[in-house]
Amino acid sequence: MRNLKLIIKREYLARVKNKAFIVMTFLSPLIFVGMIVLIAYLVNLNSEERRIVGINDESGMFVEDFNDSEDVQFIDLSKIDLEAAKTIVREKEYYGLLHIPQLQENTLPEIEFFAKEAPTFGFLTQMEKTISDKLTNRQLITRGIDVDLIAASRAKVEIGIQNFSGEKTSKMSTYVKMFFGGAAGYLLMMFIIIYGNMVMRSVIEEKTNRIIEIIISSVKPIHLMLGKILGTSLAGITQFIIWVILGGVMLTVVTVISGMSMAELHGPQQQAMEQISDNELQQLVIDIAKLPMLLLLVSFLIYFIGGYFLYSAIYAAIGAAVDNETDTQQFMLPVIIPLMLGIYVGFFAVIENPHGVVSTVFSMVPLTSPIVMLMRIPFGVAWWELTLSIAILFITIAGVVWLAAKIYRVGILMYGKKPGYKDLYKWMKY
Amino acid sequence: MDHLLVAENVSKQFGNFTALNDVSLEIPRGSIFGLLGPNGAGKTTFIRIINQITLPDKGRMLLDGHALRPDDIQHIGYLPEERGLYKSMKVGEQALYLAQLKGLSKAEARERLKYWFDRLQIQDWWDKKIQELSKGMAQKVQFVVTVLHRPKLLIFDEPFSGFDPVNANLIKDEILQLRREGATILFSTHRMESVEEMCDYMALIHRGNKLLDGEVNEIKRRYKSNTFEVGLMSGDSDALRKELEEKFHISDTDFKSINDDLKLQIQVGENSSPNDLLIFLTSRAEVNHFVEVIPSVNDIFIKTVTTNA
Repeated sequence: MRNLKLIIKREYLARVKNKAFIVMTFLSPLIFVGMIVLIAYLVNLNSEERRIVGINDESGMFVEDFNDSEDVQFIDLSKIDLEAAKTIVREKEYYGLLHIPQLQENTLPEIEFFAKEAPTFGFLTQMEKTISDKLTNRQLITRGIDVDLIAASRAKVEIGIQNFSGEKTSKMSTYVKMFFGGAAGYLLMMFIIIYGNMVMRSVIEEKTNRIIEIIISSVKPIHLMLGKILGTSLAGITQFIIWVILGGVMLTVVTVISGMSMAELHGPQQQAMEQISDNELQQLVIDIAKLPMLLLLVSFLIYFIGGYFLYSAIYAAIGAAVDNETDTQQFMLPVIIPLMLGIYVGFFAVIENPHGVVSTVFSMVPLTSPIVMLMRIPFGVAWWELTLSIAILFITIAGVVWLAAKIYRVGILMYGKKPGYKDLYKWMKY
Repeated sequence: MDHLLVAENVSKQFGNFTALNDVSLEIPRGSIFGLLGPNGAGKTTFIRIINQITLPDKGRMLLDGHALRPDDIQHIGYLPEERGLYKSMKVGEQALYLAQLKGLSKAEARERLKYWFDRLQIQDWWDKKIQELSKGMAQKVQFVVTVLHRPKLLIFDEPFSGFDPVNANLIKDEILQLRREGATILFSTHRMESVEEMCDYMALIHRGNKLLDGEVNEIKRRYKSNTFEVGLMSGDSDALRKELEEKFHISDTDFKSINDDLKLQIQVGENSSPNDLLIFLTSRAEVNHFVEVIPSVNDIFIKTVTTNA
């Protein structure tokens, strides 16, 4: 036990004192915050430009329906003919010219937009809608239908979703759940790959440095392997905590310095939210608050530890089997495939039906369960399912660590030969 | 005799490959024991079994009269042939870590390291990283780490490979000093001259089998062939050679001499003594040189290995 502690300490310090680790840890949040600021700045810059659009409406029917907004200003050029209007628009460098010809009976007018560059899709849609509405109304009126009556009888339906215990949810809440589950699952996968690789590289380093035999004449190989895995996981947790703290601090500092409010920072999102009614915005906040956050956090920790242990034991065995990093390629596929499968099952099957057969099975299979189960948790998972999944995971870990330790024990003393799967199987039996 | 380490019928198989086949050895306390064998003979496997890195399939190892226990690693110091250190770790930090893994407390380890660093005059390496040191320098650090916990049994696998002559000599003296202080030393090597020079006992392993073992001098006596190297001055060398050829088994040889001698190796038959040869020679010529040919460990090694091939 004393030796295990010594190894954990050394491995932890070796990771944490590494220059690349320090640079990554402290630079990543800077880059991250920098990106956010840059994007916010660029978005603001983009929308600050106010477009001026000329309208040449020959019938004069539509022009008053185009109202100026924050980003578009309309100028009425109906009094002059089309060619003169075009010249003005070109000379004054307006965004474009909308030309609506005289209406003919029973045919739709050929409306045209003249501009140097093609207009954005959103702008075009908006203009089309304005004209269509006006025309539709006009045609309804000519056919003797009371427009106000239609407006009055229009019904907007929203299906309220409620579970049997009376908790209300909404469509919005499904998106919220998808977002939080997906983010947690994705983060877990990244963490497993990054820190599993670190374990593997450290095993290879000991092998190529030839210090391995000196060490294992003092400690049991399994202690060295476990110490390495544990020490590296602590380094990972350290990095994660530093990121969370640093990211929070820097975001606050940047916000204060630039005088931007948080709402402004999230300009694009805010615009999206304006389209959602206040009621729905409220619902969003309620939905986030209603997520089983504590359960999600605790499960993230449990599944992180479980998933990381499972995979880093495999990574350690791979590291022990080879002499250098290029030889690891052939063994990486069985590691990457289940991780990818977990992510894909999560993004497609879980979102389609969180409690379907595929989702349930993959949240039990130990190689994919950490990712898939994390994505399912926001949708509500029965306690027995969660317990069973964790139990299967940890029993598998015991088995995989045991097998990995066998490969590790033999592999670390093997030099020169590039082993295949057959050799690994043989080593398990030594 | 008092034996520190006893191997009883140790066997080890790797798949179809027999690394050790029923090997029994006794290593006397306080001796320097040479474990000889060509590459792939099973020396490293034998040493790994002592270090409990590998477990034997059959047989057992006894240290100090009891079967090996996990905490015995504190009493063993091992310098493997494939040796290295963490490249990016500082020398002092690394030595402290390795010493603590052998069961020393941090304070104890620091004190002893200071003693050894002073002794080998490497004090100013403490804060250097291994990657800044040369290979020979790193080996000095490894040597210190191997002996720091004052083990009863020291195992050196090809200890002098990688050392320059000056440092090799320094390390040799340190090993002899450790023996004087009571340590038992097991050498694994295929460099015969170091066995010749330092070992009291030796064992020869070939393809997993022990071919011979015992005291070095006793083995040499066993392998001597009653052959003598002689330098003779005679008026008629050709006639003398002819006469000798009839009576003895002779062959040409060469050695340094100031005279224009007839230089021969003469093997005396089982029934006659060196004196008989000497009397015969003095009656025919002037004897300037008369030395018994003692088989070198190298000769014994080659002879044993080739006859058993």
